[in-house]
Amino acid sequence: MSCCFAKFTSNASSSCLPCLAQDKNARPLSLSGHVGFDSLPDQLVNKSTSQGFCFNILCIGETGIGKSTLMDTLFNTNFENFESSHFEPKVKLRAQTYDLQESNVRLKLTIVNTVGFGDQMNKQESYQHVVDYIDTQFESYLQEELKIKRSLHNYHDSRIHACLYFIAPSGHSLKSLDLVTMKKLDSKVNIIPVIAKADTISKSELHKFKIKIMSELVSNGVQIYQFPIDDETVSKINTAMNGHLPFAVVGSTEEVKIGNKMVKARQYPWGVVQVENENHCDFVKLREMLICVNMEDLREQTHTRHYELYRRCKLEEMGFKDTDAESKPVSLQQTYEAKRQEFLGELQKREEEMRQMFVQRVKEKEMELKEAERELQAKFEQLKRLHHDETSKLDEKRRMLEDEINTFNKKKAATELLQAQAFNTNANIKKDKDRKK
Amino acid sequence: MREDIPQRLKTQVQMEENDTDPTEQVPCTNDSGPEDHTQDHATLNYVGIEAVLDQMRRKAMKTGFEFNIMVVGQSGLGKSTLMNTLFKSKVSRKSCTPNYEEKIQKTVHLQSVSHVIEEKGVKMKLTVIDTPGFGDQIDNDNCWEPIVKYINEQYEKFLREELSINRKRRIPDTRVHCCVYFLPPTGHCLRPIDIEFLKRLGEIVSIVPVIAKADTLTIEERQEFRKKIQHDLQANEIRVYPQREYDEDAEDRILNDKIREKIPFAVVGTDREHQVNGNKVLGRKTKWGIIEVENVAHCEFTNFRDLLIRSHLQDLKDVTHNIHYETYRVRRLNDSNVNGLGLSSLSITTGENVL
Repeated sequence: MSCCFAKFTSNASSSCLPCLAQDKNARPLSLSGHVGFDSLPDQLVNKSTSQGFCFNILCIGETGIGKSTLMDTLFNTNFENFESSHFEPKVKLRAQTYDLQESNVRLKLTIVNTVGFGDQMNKQESYQHVVDYIDTQFESYLQEELKIKRSLHNYHDSRIHACLYFIAPSGHSLKSLDLVTMKKLDSKVNIIPVIAKADTISKSELHKFKIKIMSELVSNGVQIYQFPIDDETVSKINTAMNGHLPFAVVGSTEEVKIGNKMVKARQYPWGVVQVENENHCDFVKLREMLICVNMEDLREQTHTRHYELYRRCKLEEMGFKDTDAESKPVSLQQTYEAKRQEFLGELQKREEEMRQMFVQRVKEKEMELKEAERELQAKFEQLKRLHHDETSKLDEKRRMLEDEINTFNKKKAATELLQAQAFNTNANIKKDKDRKK
Repeated sequence: MREDIPQRLKTQVQMEENDTDPTEQVPCTNDSGPEDHTQDHATLNYVGIEAVLDQMRRKAMKTGFEFNIMVVGQSGLGKSTLMNTLFKSKVSRKSCTPNYEEKIQKTVHLQSVSHVIEEKGVKMKLTVIDTPGFGDQIDNDNCWEPIVKYINEQYEKFLREELSINRKRRIPDTRVHCCVYFLPPTGHCLRPIDIEFLKRLGEIVSIVPVIAKADTLTIEERQEFRKKIQHDLQANEIRVYPQREYDEDAEDRILNDKIREKIPFAVVGTDREHQVNGNKVLGRKTKWGIIEVENVAHCEFTNFRDLLIRSHLQDLKDVTHNIHYETYRVRRLNDSNVNGLGLSSLSITTGENVL
C-alpha cells in the first residue's frame, strides 16, 4: 500500500492566489547556506522569452474616432490600416497580427478593430458581433484544451486580453449604445474605457466628463477593469491610475519640432498638442498601464476569470456537472461517456431506420421491375402470334399462287399442244395442196 | 452566418500582413522601469514591451514555486543525506538516527514531506518523496509498482482537477518533477533491478541517476563505472533526463550533450562542516583525508546541484507538464474511450502495458 502524507488543502477560489506559506502541511524551513534556486524566476523568464509572448487587443469605437491612429502611436509603428467606409451594413471585426520585437522580447500582437460600429441606422445588433467574436476565441481555446492530443504551449492564443472602448468626446455623458455594449462585455473581457480625441475638450470639461462617465458606469453596474492593487510594488501607481480612469487620449504619428526635439504631436493654428506630455493628455498613463505595468495581469485575468467563466457556462450548458443528483462527484469523463453512449445509440437507431427504408425501397423496385418484365413477355407473345398469323396467311397465299401457276402452266401446255397440232394440220393441208398442184 | 464574416476577414488580412510585414523592429532603449518619466520616453521612442519580463518575474516571486522530487534507492545509500545537502536543510528524515524505530517495510511505502523554503525573496514549496523499502526485500519482484502507482495517481489527481467544471485558480501540482535514482557504487554495471526500474519509470517521469557514496570509488573507477552504465543505458534503450528527444534546438542539444556525457553523477553527501585551509567546507572526515563535497575535484555534487536547481529546475517542471503529463492524459482519455467506462474504474498499469 502506498500512502501519501501530504494532502493539499486549497483555499476556496478567492481573488488572489493562495500563498504558499499558508499551506498547513508544509512547514517553513530555514536554509543554512546558498542553495541556488533564487535563479528560478530567471529560468522561468528565459523560457518565456524564447517562446515569445502573445497579446490581443480589441478596439471598439465608432468609425473615425481614432482607433487605428492610437494603436499606431501606442506601439510606435505604422500598422498599415486603411480608412473604413461609413456605410457598412453590419458590424464586422477585422483582426490583424503583427510580430514586434523590443531588445530580446518578441511579442505577437493581434489588434482587432470593429468596422462600422455605430454606423448603422438600427444599432440594436451592433454589440452582438463583438460578443460572438470574443466567444469564438474562447471556444477555439476550449476546443484545443479538450482535445486528446493537444499542444497548448504551442497554441496561438487568440483570446482578447484587453478591450479598449473608445468614448466619443461629447463632453456630456455616455451614449446608450456605449452603456449597452459595455454591459454586455464586462463579464467577458477586461474593459478599459478611453476618451478619444481628447484635444477637443478643455481641462475643466474633461474633469466633469470623467466623473460623469464613471458614475454612469457604476450606477449601471458595468465592471470595468481595475488595475490590481494587491502587489506592493505596483499598488501605489495602480491606485493612482485607477483614479484617472477613463484615460483621455490623443493619438498621432506625425512629428513636430518642439524646442530641439521631434515629438509626436498634432499641430493646430492655435498650438501644438503633444501626445506624450502628461499635461496635454493621458496617453503616457495609458501606455504605462496597458503595457509596462499590467500586461501580464491582463493576460492572467483573461485566463483565470473570463475564460474560466466561459468554460464553466459552456460545459454546464452541455450538461456536464461536477456532482450528480446524489451529490456524488461525477467526473467530466463519466458525463461525457454517458452522452457519447446516448449519441452512439441514436446513431445506431438512425442507421437501422435507414437500412429498413433501403430494404423497403429495394423491394418496391424489384416488384416494379417484375411487373415490367411480365408486360414485356405478354407483348412478346402477342407479337409472336401476330407474326405466326401473318406467316400462315402468306403461306396460304403462296399456295394459291402456286396452284394458279400450275393451272396456268397446264393451260399453257395444253394451248401449245393445240397450237402445235393446229400448225401441224395446217402444214399437212398445205402440203397436200402443194402436191395436188 | 455572422461568425463567418469576422473569421474570413481575419484570415484574409492575416495573409496580407504576413506578406508585407514579417517582423517589425521597434527601436529599443535602455532597461527603463515603469516609473520613468515622459522625457526619456519621448526622446527614445520607447514602447515598453520588455517590461513584461519584470511583470512575469514579480508574479512568479509572489506566487512562489512548487517542486516535487522523489528519491529511489536501497536503504543505506545516503538518499536523505544527499537531499539535506542539496537543500542545505533537514528536508528529509534519515532512517538511521537512534530514535528511528520503524523496521524495514515489507513493501515499498512512499512517504512525502513538504517544506517551504525561501531564498532572496523566492519562495519554494519543496516536497521530498521517499521510498523506503525499495530493493530491500529478498524478493524484489514488482517493487517498482507502488512507485509507478503513486506517480500515476498524481497525474490522475491533476487530470481530474483540470477536467472539473469548477476548477481552482491554481491547480495544486503534486506531480513528481524529478526522480533521483541511487546506484550503489559497485563499479561493475547496472543490476537487473536497476534496469527494470529505469526502463519502466523512464517512460513516465524524468529520472536523474546518481552514483551514491562515490567516495568509495577512485576517479578512474568512477570513469569506468560511468562508461559501463552509459553503455547499459543505451543498450536497454533507457531514457534518462535530459532526454535526447526533447531537445528543442541545436543550442539545447549542445548543452544537453555535455550534461549527458557526465551522467550519472558521482555524488557524496554530508551535513557536517570541517575546516580546510582556514575555510569551513562541507565534507566527510576520514583518517586519510577530508572529502570536500563541493569540490569538483573530489566529487560531482556541484554539477548535480547546478543541473537540478540552478539551471534545469524549470525545465524539469516543463518536461513533466508538457510531455509526461500529456502522454498520461492521452493514454487515459483514449483508454476510457475504448472501454466506454468512466474514470471510476481506473486500473493503474505498469510501464509495460503502456500503449
